[in-house]
Amino acid sequence: MFPKGTKRKFSDSREEPVAGGEDVNQSNLAAVRMLSSYSLQRQSLLDMSLIKLQLCHMLVEPNLCRSVLIANTVRQIQEEMTQDGTWQIMTQALSAANAAAQGSADRLVATEVLCRQTEAAQGEQVPKPFPVVGSEGCPAEEVAAAEVGMTMSTVSPQAPTSYLPGTFGMDPCWEEETGEDDDDEEDSEECGSGSEGEERERDSLVEDTRTAEQVFGTFEIKNPAPSPDPALEELFSDVDASYYDLDTVLTGMQSVPKMGPYDLLESLSSHGPSPLSSSTSCRSDLNELDHIMEIIVGS
Amino acid sequence: MAGAGGGSNDVQWCFSQVKGAIDDDVAEADIISTVEFNHSGELLATGDKGGRVVIFQQEIEKSQPQCRSEYNVYSTFQSHEPEFDYLKSLEIEEKINKIRWLPQKNAAQFLLSTNDKTIKLWKISERDKRPEGYNLKEEDGRYIDPNTVTALRVPVFRPMDLMVEASPRRVFANAHTYHINSISINSDHETYLSADDLRINLWHQEITDRSFNIVDIKPANMEELTEVITAAEFHPHQCNTFVYSSSKGTIRLCDMRASALCDTHSKLFEEPEDPSNRSFFSEIISSISDVKFSHNGRYMMIRDYLSVKIWDLNMENRPVETYQVHEYLRSKLCSLYENDCIFDKFECCWNGNDSVVMTGSYNNFFRMFDRGQRRDVTLEASREGSKPQQVLKPRKVCADGKRKKDEISVDSLDFNKKILHTAWHPQDNIIAVATTNNLYIFQDKVN
Repeated sequence: MFPKGTKRKFSDSREEPVAGGEDVNQSNLAAVRMLSSYSLQRQSLLDMSLIKLQLCHMLVEPNLCRSVLIANTVRQIQEEMTQDGTWQIMTQALSAANAAAQGSADRLVATEVLCRQTEAAQGEQVPKPFPVVGSEGCPAEEVAAAEVGMTMSTVSPQAPTSYLPGTFGMDPCWEEETGEDDDDEEDSEECGSGSEGEERERDSLVEDTRTAEQVFGTFEIKNPAPSPDPALEELFSDVDASYYDLDTVLTGMQSVPKMGPYDLLESLSSHGPSPLSSSTSCRSDLNELDHIMEIIVGS
Repeated sequence: MAGAGGGSNDVQWCFSQVKGAIDDDVAEADIISTVEFNHSGELLATGDKGGRVVIFQQEIEKSQPQCRSEYNVYSTFQSHEPEFDYLKSLEIEEKINKIRWLPQKNAAQFLLSTNDKTIKLWKISERDKRPEGYNLKEEDGRYIDPNTVTALRVPVFRPMDLMVEASPRRVFANAHTYHINSISINSDHETYLSADDLRINLWHQEITDRSFNIVDIKPANMEELTEVITAAEFHPHQCNTFVYSSSKGTIRLCDMRASALCDTHSKLFEEPEDPSNRSFFSEIISSISDVKFSHNGRYMMIRDYLSVKIWDLNMENRPVETYQVHEYLRSKLCSLYENDCIFDKFECCWNGNDSVVMTGSYNNFFRMFDRGQRRDVTLEASREGSKPQQVLKPRKVCADGKRKKDEISVDSLDFNKKILHTAWHPQDNIIAVATTNNLYIFQDKVN
């Protein structure tokens, strides 16, 4: 029921509190439910949109029109959430948590970008269609995922965000924590902006910082951060980033507008719809990724 | 029971033919991606996802009292092959996005076909005679020793079985960074335009190594990109005028006489948004998937996700006519967004005298709107309705729960069966409707 003491975010009820407090609570509850349901729908729409943008990295060049429309939808939601004040809350929560995650996250992004370059380099050298990419349909991200997944921590495919390469190798505790929070939060989602909700969103936010960067920021070539892992270094030692023209990157990849504070995009998991069959496909993909890595490394 | 039609007589649409495989298991390469009649209506071309073009030729059975006509395969050829862009590590699909016929100048037929990156000019010619009686060559091609020749004869042409040859005459490549969505032939019969997501190029039909960029909406910073070009077409009579539509639901008319680069439009057609229908999906459903000028050049029709709108070229602030194609989907937009159907690009077409417009929908339904009589009809392209000359029964979708007999509820619509491509014969009431992998031809029941 309506937890006592929790602040109502949207005070929509115009009714004055009367002696029959029970009735008022009921109607207030209904109003809050409706508004929370709107927030939830909006949130789930945002999640869905982000997933779609992620999945745009396919074998065939992604449809620019579709990407632009989805990105515009995301922006619209962000603008509305900014007006609500929801955005600011999450931004603040994120920046606190972000500092902690800064180190490892940067490395992951660099890895992902490097992998794109590697793939392009491979493509250049191989005279016929890059068999790995062709048969597996595995974009660079999944290559990065394999790399990161193998050298770093375990992957928990059950977590909704696990297929996102940026989150592989993140502290797995975060993913599990999010998962647990999910179960806890399912029933009490009326209080969409309660303190619990914020925490849940904050946790997922940290993970998704990197995924959002991949989506909106990968067309900026970043200087590869020095990788502490000798295996990684060896793998990418012969990659020459200089030939990889920025324009090519911009045109080759989905051209999605970067949206300022978007690198702080909100939770992808939590109460959003489970991202299609990504968790199951992710597992089979990982097996295939071993195969891909063998080919890339040339062993 | 009558269908919407032009003129005073009601048109009754009957099944005529269906082309393509019968099995439910659709091979991806067989998915039809474009349909186009030529200027006389004698030829009907289809392009598919496998890069093939199939041309059907009309054969009119004059023996029958009803002058029934049939379209039979005339030529099949592989127009585009899959390619691999090594620099970006991406495949270039061989799917034919558009076919446009050139006006006929001689015995041969010419068409332009395009995939995402390359446009090709194909010549389709007939050969029904072959020379016989060479002096120095045997019939099988072996050379005859000149010393053995005792008499000379003049080679003659003798009839042979009709052979239709398709040969690529021009290849217009490397001019588009983004995916080509439209090609349109100019009324000057010399040039044509090709449009991709961000640019429009002007070509001369004879020159392949050079094209002129006439529209460029690529922002200096790609991160600021919020709008793309979705379709473009030349005016049917004014060779200096063309229009292009955008993903934000606007249409821009440009005059090439004004400047070399037509980034500034001459006219902007934009309808103010209806605030009562505003949602997060408003922009997506306003994205225009097709734009077509009327034959008389006075109007243009656009197709967005839920409606067909007709604009008068002289009035920019709102369309003169709006037709709802499947308004019952408005409450389902979230699901349609989830399964990506909301991004389906439906095309639309005019009939020969611009009195009726047609477009496709889901569940293999297609819709016709009679502008003059203010009537519309929903018909279905299915194997069930495909007995010869069987009159098509109008269909109805029930939006609310109270489903009447013969109505179909929104929830039982099959969103995998979509009709994206339709074409109308330039003169007669003959239409070609493409389902996923089949081409249906319907005709007016002539009494």
